[in-house]
Amino acid sequence: MPESILVLTHAGEASHSLSKASLETVTAGKELSARLNAPMTIGIISANYADTARSLAGVNTRVLGVAGEPFVEARYATDAAACEALCRAANPTIILAPQSSRMARVAAALAHRLSGCIDTHVTSVRGEDSPEISRWFYRQRIEGVITRSMRPWILLLEAGTYSAYSCQEGEIAVEQIAVALPAIRTSVSGTRAPAQDAQTIRPDAKMLFVAGAGWTKKQPDGLVHASEAGDLILAFLRQSGASLGSSKSLVDQGGDGQPVLPFLTHLNQVGQTGSTPRHPKGLATCCHGEEPHVVGWRFIGDRRAISLDPNCGWARGKADVVYVADAFKVMSKVNELLRSKA
Amino acid sequence: MYLHIVVCAGVVPDPLQTLEPVNGPNGPALKNEMMLPAVLDPWAASALYEAANLVACNSGSKLWLVSLSPKAKLQQVMMTIAQKVSFELVAIDSPAGGFVDAQATAEALADAIETIPGLDRSKLLLFGGWESASRGAGATLQTIGERLGVLDQFMGVDQIEMREDGSFEVLERVEGGQHQVSICAGAPAVLGWATGNLPEPRNNPQIGMANMRNVMPALQKAKPAVIGDNGLHYLSASLPSQQRQTRVAKDMSLDAIAQELVEWIGAE
Repeated sequence: MPESILVLTHAGEASHSLSKASLETVTAGKELSARLNAPMTIGIISANYADTARSLAGVNTRVLGVAGEPFVEARYATDAAACEALCRAANPTIILAPQSSRMARVAAALAHRLSGCIDTHVTSVRGEDSPEISRWFYRQRIEGVITRSMRPWILLLEAGTYSAYSCQEGEIAVEQIAVALPAIRTSVSGTRAPAQDAQTIRPDAKMLFVAGAGWTKKQPDGLVHASEAGDLILAFLRQSGASLGSSKSLVDQGGDGQPVLPFLTHLNQVGQTGSTPRHPKGLATCCHGEEPHVVGWRFIGDRRAISLDPNCGWARGKADVVYVADAFKVMSKVNELLRSKA
Repeated sequence: MYLHIVVCAGVVPDPLQTLEPVNGPNGPALKNEMMLPAVLDPWAASALYEAANLVACNSGSKLWLVSLSPKAKLQQVMMTIAQKVSFELVAIDSPAGGFVDAQATAEALADAIETIPGLDRSKLLLFGGWESASRGAGATLQTIGERLGVLDQFMGVDQIEMREDGSFEVLERVEGGQHQVSICAGAPAVLGWATGNLPEPRNNPQIGMANMRNVMPALQKAKPAVIGDNGLHYLSASLPSQQRQTRVAKDMSLDAIAQELVEWIGAE
């Protein structure tokens, strides 16, 4: 059966432009379309697709759009209906969409409505005659390459696996698709950042800085220095622009009544029950580097760690460099040097 | 105002275990899979604890735990979980794991939920982990919700706050370390939980004794399910080559370490 491709895209949060993840998916769609010699269509979900589509000028494909007030906010009922309408209009065999919170919320429902199938967290799409995709299993421990005979096949692509499509902005013709909306029972009132004195999660940062439970343990003087630890970490984040991650044990300490770093939440948690962020570099401090945490480092390129234990998990092939030293002292010196360079 | 909460939760290998893929007759599997100690899927466990808290706060509410797992594994996990919160178990006996298709799994779970006696679907809150620790697809709950006709779904949930009129505010994880805040008119709804806010409850032998009155019969009458594959074909499943040649710097001065780190941070 000849393949045809639909790339589902959406506007970025609080923006009229397509999200970066959507533009990456457009690149993936163009590559796959050329390889399979399959026609490609782009579908846009946006408050105003005429504005949103400007970043697709020159893409030279059919573009469909749904627009209106109901699609300003990400919401299951409206987004699922919009995606379904776009798919029924394009009638594709392969549907590519970004692994954004908006698309991840509705993509499996879409597969069900279209009597199709779905794979998520896709990290590459290869294959000459039919797509062969890579994704991870068991929280980034096992990598699988799969294919499917069922169509339509929905693929959610991980952010950062393709470069974002770019072109000079301009006018582009968009076919409007009507959407039959169900009764709307959910209203979105906005976004809320965790209660913390600074936004410490920065997905686009060049570096991940991980704080482990050791920061709030007793130090050589027999005392806990959680406040000093917090100051050192925040100062480093301010000066380096790094994103803050944490091990589960440190985040959980709050619930156990132990000393905590007040700016950490479960959203900072990296690993088995946390996130798997993508940054070119990562620096772990006061963290053992055991497997449930390190699986969250799968997409961190250059890894270094500061630990007092020369036999910690990081030293067993999980980091490129391990400094056997006191993280309090090292980070204090690092902050001094960064301050003097600023 | 009562709620009928159904929590879908599978079992997964203990995260501290070493996992190795092998080729089985039906595609990839884990080496010595049946020997590996298992735990309740962590995000689904968060959903279970949040559900138990809601049931405790809303009189007349009821909690079911629906699990599609190998019966022997589920029995092992129930020895611990059944001591933490009260629930009624609905067990489905099936090989389950990371390599099984999520949508096919969802169909079997939806079949089981549809036959729960006394379940008031107008008061249904369907809970589970937003992704499993095995497949990590984030597709199962949505599919069950669609099968049950539930059109208010939330994924990556960290908090739910019930209101007196039955509506609720829900916080979902979105990009950039933020939560999206939504107000839903009330049940029925699907909530795929992330970590939530509640700690793991302590083991309570009295709860365990009470639960075991229904857990053991539920395990005994667990129906076997055959899970389809939706045309899924594995070309390979392998461990990543992750071993790095680690340089362990034991004797560097603090100044030298700091200098090296700052240069590394600044390098492109």
